[in-house]
Amino acid sequence: MSHGYRTGLTALALGLGVSALALPAMAQVKIAFIDPLSGAMAPIGEHGVKHFQYMIDKINAAGGVNGQKMELLTYDNKLSPQETVIAAQKAIDAGARVLTLGNGSGAAAAMIDFVNKHNDRNPGKEVVYLNYAAVDPAFTNDKCSYWHFRWDAHSDIKMQALTSYIKTQPGIKKVYLINQDYSFGQAVRKAANEMLKAKRPDIQIVGDELHPLAKITDFAPYIAKIKASGADTVITGNWGSDIALLLKASADAGLQVNYYTYYAGGAGGPTSVKQTGLKDKVFQITEGIANINTKENFAWEEDFRKKHQNHGWWYPRVRNEMDMLAKAMNEAKSNDPKVFVEKLRGMKYKNIYGKDTYMRAEDHQFFQDIYISALTPMTGDMKFDEENTGWGWKMTATIPMAETDVPTSCKMAKPS
Amino acid sequence: MLELVIFSTLNGVLYGMLLFLLASGLTLIFSMMGVLNFAHASFYMLGAYFGFQISQWLDFWVALFVAPVCVGLVGAAVERWGLRTVHKWGHVPELLFTFGLAFVIEEMVQMIWGKLPVDYRVPKLLDFPAFELFGTTYPAFRMFMLLISVAIFLVLLLVLTRSRIGLIIQAALTHPNMVAMLGHNVPKVFMMVFGFGSGLAGLAGVIAGPALVTQPSMAHVLGPILFVVVVFGGLGSLSGAFIASLMIGLIQTFAIAINYSIGDLLTSVGMARPVQGMLSDLWQVTVAQVGPVVPYLMLVLILIFRPTGLMGTRES
Repeated sequence: MSHGYRTGLTALALGLGVSALALPAMAQVKIAFIDPLSGAMAPIGEHGVKHFQYMIDKINAAGGVNGQKMELLTYDNKLSPQETVIAAQKAIDAGARVLTLGNGSGAAAAMIDFVNKHNDRNPGKEVVYLNYAAVDPAFTNDKCSYWHFRWDAHSDIKMQALTSYIKTQPGIKKVYLINQDYSFGQAVRKAANEMLKAKRPDIQIVGDELHPLAKITDFAPYIAKIKASGADTVITGNWGSDIALLLKASADAGLQVNYYTYYAGGAGGPTSVKQTGLKDKVFQITEGIANINTKENFAWEEDFRKKHQNHGWWYPRVRNEMDMLAKAMNEAKSNDPKVFVEKLRGMKYKNIYGKDTYMRAEDHQFFQDIYISALTPMTGDMKFDEENTGWGWKMTATIPMAETDVPTSCKMAKPS
Repeated sequence: MLELVIFSTLNGVLYGMLLFLLASGLTLIFSMMGVLNFAHASFYMLGAYFGFQISQWLDFWVALFVAPVCVGLVGAAVERWGLRTVHKWGHVPELLFTFGLAFVIEEMVQMIWGKLPVDYRVPKLLDFPAFELFGTTYPAFRMFMLLISVAIFLVLLLVLTRSRIGLIIQAALTHPNMVAMLGHNVPKVFMMVFGFGSGLAGLAGVIAGPALVTQPSMAHVLGPILFVVVVFGGLGSLSGAFIASLMIGLIQTFAIAINYSIGDLLTSVGMARPVQGMLSDLWQVTVAQVGPVVPYLMLVLILIFRPTGLMGTRES
């Protein structure tokens, strides 16, 4: 089935490729954004669009890339790997050679596979996949690709940082793991089990749950189970509706535990946290937060919130990604992926917090300081709250870049 | 352990009663008209969206009464000008009609309210914990949902068994031709039942919307499980639908609470757990993970061993 499907697609790709040759060169550099824009995860995708549009407006205002303007094309992949491939093909047919996708490692895996094949079959028309959020470690390890770059810290890096912090918290005794049942959730679960065992062998893992991705509308049964297990801490990689609804059900049941999360900052999360009164108990691990006090960061956050009804700048990584892309294009004096990709590899970059970061050439994984922050009522040194709750993210710990440097098994094949 | 059992039971019964609100209408329509109404869950979604819209404009309590009536009217209109017209071409076109209708409703909802989930909140009056047990609170809104669905069940039971219209409906379930011969306006009964069934689904939507998530995919999520309930319970059997709803609600909720896998079972009877080979993963899958599939397994089994369903009396 899948083989026939791919053959069909290739035939389609070839057919359209020929017709595209006849078109005149496009005046704009098209960036294709592919993510869920319908269904349960749509709020996440929609907010991602705003980030990219904001970045593209900035880049264009600063003169664009090599005299050309950037233009954003958006496609809904409905969180499905099949739809992702179809959307990517559509985007390429529309003239895009830079594809970006974040949510769902299933979709991201399909994308890497598609881009590899596309580039093999269409020399001279290579496309590049810039990954801003899919954090399955495999993508920069055994599945690494010359045409894939990742700006978010992958799941093992985050877990490494998180467990280093947990090591300093003797109050944590019983941990409950709850994750989405697909490659990413399984990666979180595996890393949590291994790293906790190594760093805190005294911690008891009282639950290790996998649930279907983006299908559950009521987490009450899971919350009852967490409560019954006697856990004092929940670790979860859940994102989108799965974290918002988990926290909502937790609020309804009045469950008082620590939540160590990857993505509690997403739509609906902070509202539920405040409702439960989980002060200083819900943590997230990210590459940045709104309340990091640098002049540039505050100005950035303020401007974005003014334009988007006080919704925060969730993804500092989108800024890193798009800034570095523009830089690579301008330095290479070319908007052709085949040329500018070389500039991205190993690129050093100073982020909005004034910190050094870099894109590791070996596996195309981006490295940066990682922050652990807790949601708490606003205090003096905090400037921004989340979802108008009066609660915001407060820095708890910083894990310096050097400590996030996990090795890679990637043996990257550079195309000839 | 006891607290897990109590809360799983509460959650399971609640989910089951919600299923019943939907299934009761569907099973009546199914057995009367011989048509599986694929759009039934869409009426549930419409209920949630109408409820959301009316509570935005006016108030949740107004929505609670008005939205189901609106959905019921839409349902009656669909029967009167849609299904009845298609009816003369036989059952298959009717089936296809409802199938298409489900997509049309979903697209329309997306056009009007967008693809994102809407912010349908629990009314302030019910936004507090109803009681606390073993340190876990249970939201008042959920108790309210439970009460509403139990009340509807009782009313339905009384109407169907104690009233004249109930008698006619029951007669029409088993002997539609005879009822028509006796001079009753069977098409009108059909329209009323269809409208009433849709209204019940709408009511389920109004009360489920704030507790679950009001989004365009909510019909899809619930649709398939409804057919399981109706077939499992037996066509046209209200008590069958009731038992099946509760069973499925409880099974799905309790499955989540159970962590045992086949491998654990083997180890507990002293056999070695297979850890290698192609199917080795199969032994590690816990009941919690296969929970969502269990109802469909039940559907397959009941169709093999008792095609009329639990309480059903006729096959069709």
